[in-house]
Amino acid sequence: MKKIVLALAAAAGLAATGAQAQGYPTRPITMIVPFAAGGPTDVIARIVSDHMSRTLGQQIVIENVAGAGGTTGITRGAQAQPDGYTIMMGHMGTHGAAPALYPNLKYDPAKDFAPIGLAAGTPIVIVAKKEFPANDLKGFLDYLAKNGDKVNMAHAGVGSVSHSTGIFFNSVVKAKPTMVAYRGTGPALNDLMANTVDFMTDQIVNVAPQIQGGNIKAFAIATPQRSPVLPNVPTTKEAGLEGYEVSAWNAVFAPKGTPADVVKKLSDALAKSLDDETTKKRLLELGGVIPSATERTPEALQKLVESEVARWTPVLQAAGAKAE
Amino acid sequence: MGDLVSNLSLGFGVALTPVNLALAFLGCLVGTLIGVLPGVGPIATIAMLLPITFGLDPVGALIMLAGIYYGAQYGGSTTAILVNIPGEATSVVTALDGHQMARQGRAGVALGIAAIGSFFAGTVATLVIAALGAPLTGLALIFGPTEYFSLMVMGLVFAVVLARGSILKAIAMILVGVLLSTVGTDLETGEERMTFGLPFLADGIDFAVLAMGIFGIAEIMRNLDHTEHRDVVRQAIGRLLPNMDDFKQAYKPVLRGTFIGSLLGILPGNGAVLGPFAAYTLEKKLAKDPQRFGRGAIEGVAGPESANNAGAQTSFIPLLTLGIPPNAVMALMVGAMTIHGIIPGPQVMTKSPTLFWGMIASMWIGNLMLLIINLPLVGMWVRLLKVPYRLMFPAILMFCCIGIYSINSLPTDVMFIGLFGLMGYMLIKFGFEPAPLLLGFVLGRLMEENLRRALIISRGDLWTFITKTIPMRMSEFWGSIFNGTLCRPATPAMGGQESPGFVCGYPLSATLLAIAAFVLILALLPSIRKGRDEVFTE
Repeated sequence: MKKIVLALAAAAGLAATGAQAQGYPTRPITMIVPFAAGGPTDVIARIVSDHMSRTLGQQIVIENVAGAGGTTGITRGAQAQPDGYTIMMGHMGTHGAAPALYPNLKYDPAKDFAPIGLAAGTPIVIVAKKEFPANDLKGFLDYLAKNGDKVNMAHAGVGSVSHSTGIFFNSVVKAKPTMVAYRGTGPALNDLMANTVDFMTDQIVNVAPQIQGGNIKAFAIATPQRSPVLPNVPTTKEAGLEGYEVSAWNAVFAPKGTPADVVKKLSDALAKSLDDETTKKRLLELGGVIPSATERTPEALQKLVESEVARWTPVLQAAGAKAE
Repeated sequence: MGDLVSNLSLGFGVALTPVNLALAFLGCLVGTLIGVLPGVGPIATIAMLLPITFGLDPVGALIMLAGIYYGAQYGGSTTAILVNIPGEATSVVTALDGHQMARQGRAGVALGIAAIGSFFAGTVATLVIAALGAPLTGLALIFGPTEYFSLMVMGLVFAVVLARGSILKAIAMILVGVLLSTVGTDLETGEERMTFGLPFLADGIDFAVLAMGIFGIAEIMRNLDHTEHRDVVRQAIGRLLPNMDDFKQAYKPVLRGTFIGSLLGILPGNGAVLGPFAAYTLEKKLAKDPQRFGRGAIEGVAGPESANNAGAQTSFIPLLTLGIPPNAVMALMVGAMTIHGIIPGPQVMTKSPTLFWGMIASMWIGNLMLLIINLPLVGMWVRLLKVPYRLMFPAILMFCCIGIYSINSLPTDVMFIGLFGLMGYMLIKFGFEPAPLLLGFVLGRLMEENLRRALIISRGDLWTFITKTIPMRMSEFWGSIFNGTLCRPATPAMGGQESPGFVCGYPLSATLLAIAAFVLILALLPSIRKGRDEVFTE
């Protein structure tokens, strides 16, 4: 009797997987956010998924699986059933820097996923303590060249966005400041405001309020265009620094093998969410950059991941950074 | 002053709208419930409820989430007193004397004084936030890595002093706690330490896992092998309102606890956790008969309870004024704010005054609600706890497992509470106090990180802990005394044009270390004497 019940249950399960592609989604979708609730990636995931839920007619439930620079959550997502009911919010770290930082990484950012689309980019800003003797990027770079060994650079821990982008900055300007690690951006910013450390590079979401409040200095924003949130902060190019354009992008991925029609449905829902006025407004208020229609496609995301891995691996390996 | 009144009236105008009142009530009720139920903490609850707040306006959403947070502080003390399981890290100390009072049939008085003390502390803390929020933000910036390390040392010394029984055992427990806190990926180098190559240990041991295992599970196991202890919670609760004698004993501890809690709550890095520990130590030291502590002293409930509620509330100051979350719950609040398009930071107060002052006013209203809904509801919580233990413990275990799983969604966390439960059970059997272990664990990581940061910044110079000073404006009198050594005349660049004066370097770090050394000597001396006496009498 038990066997028959089991067989029936298995058959029902099979039938359900077979039928899901047409009726998808028939139950809530889990979106894994590989960071703690409240951080920039989590906030972007919640803003975007809120509208996606309405388009899909099923709730997208955020599950925060934090740890090891986001790779714990992404590893779990990569190994999930590729049925479209488990998707994840990856970012520059998990799908760009991770292969160089984690030699034992259990996934390949370019091969183990079905990309859905880019959600939002958060530009990187070069910020310094209020008492720093320079007032613009040129003066800052001069000071760094002359007093490099005296300068302290803060970052939010090995594997964090501020760490990767900071190492990248140092390699571009050929500086060797002393690195001071913090557990998260909050405490690092606190010490920057207290003039304990000298400078850092971090996402606009984290630093914009303190820049606006006059508690820290911003030298430049590492994007081609200025941000509407910080209209007075020049771009790196305007300020005379070539080769440092970097943004912490966030993008939605599904596990490899997810049916093409499911990927399309999710990708369309994501695109629609990014066109929604409320979603747009919320993302822009955070200083986020909304990807254009051509940047949103799964194909564009695949290309982005490949180029990001190629970009970060040599930079991080040269700096001898690893997280394992 | 006029500003304060108009600001507060603006706040009450926002907080007293029917919708916001209802949300505050809901938050407080949910908070108390999860505080009472061991194993479901405010972090998990707020994280789970975040999506629901999408539909609300930001002020209402934050009022509800804040209600959950301080409601949990209230509820946490209820279980600490009735079943000796601290629902929250901040109610660990309450269990020491509160549960003893419950065993003596004075559970009602313990609950009553906890509620009244908390209400008083909440009222004061609300006023503190309103009045001092802006000027106090400077305090967070005074504490650099050097000062923070010294503060941690002081905190651990306090923990040793606080422990019952052998000082040696307490130091051993603290060291084990510090050792456990070093498990995981090293912050500076990214190397893994003491993880045995196990991936789930790469991020270290979660505080909630350790606390739930060592306090929750171990307690359940202890209850199960002492059949006679099971009906402890079934004893009469007794009257709720403390009598005049109780008040006389308790009012000073409430005042002192409120003061200590408010002060420590403002510090970044979860200073609120230190509040109850510090308050308890202080009361024990001030008491005429310290022997009563650990045996049902009402001061041991009144002081720490006031301190934890005051600290819970003032920990909003760094969040609301600087946008820097001092602990995990506040980090979630940052998330809740950003989701609603409000970026926490110094400009919240000026840009969204309705949010800022509305939240502050709602805190006081929330505290009043907690007092009113909780004292009559104690009967209900007790009935909940009167359920036979054979039915209770599987339910508690289940809540613990669900609660732990919901934080990181890691099955290994659930296994670890079992492991730590076993460890906690053994510690109890061998007469070790687990509270210092937990404090060592919480402070250990911060201490190590700040020590290394301070040394990196000073380029390896240990003297930084003694010689580092923080700038402070001083009057002409003190300035001229220390001129040339610690002080120099203020220059216009330092804002000296309005008043002549001096800018002096104050050795804060050295002061904190000196206090630590002093307290340790104070605590050690009598115990050395006592230890010797015992040897001699035998």
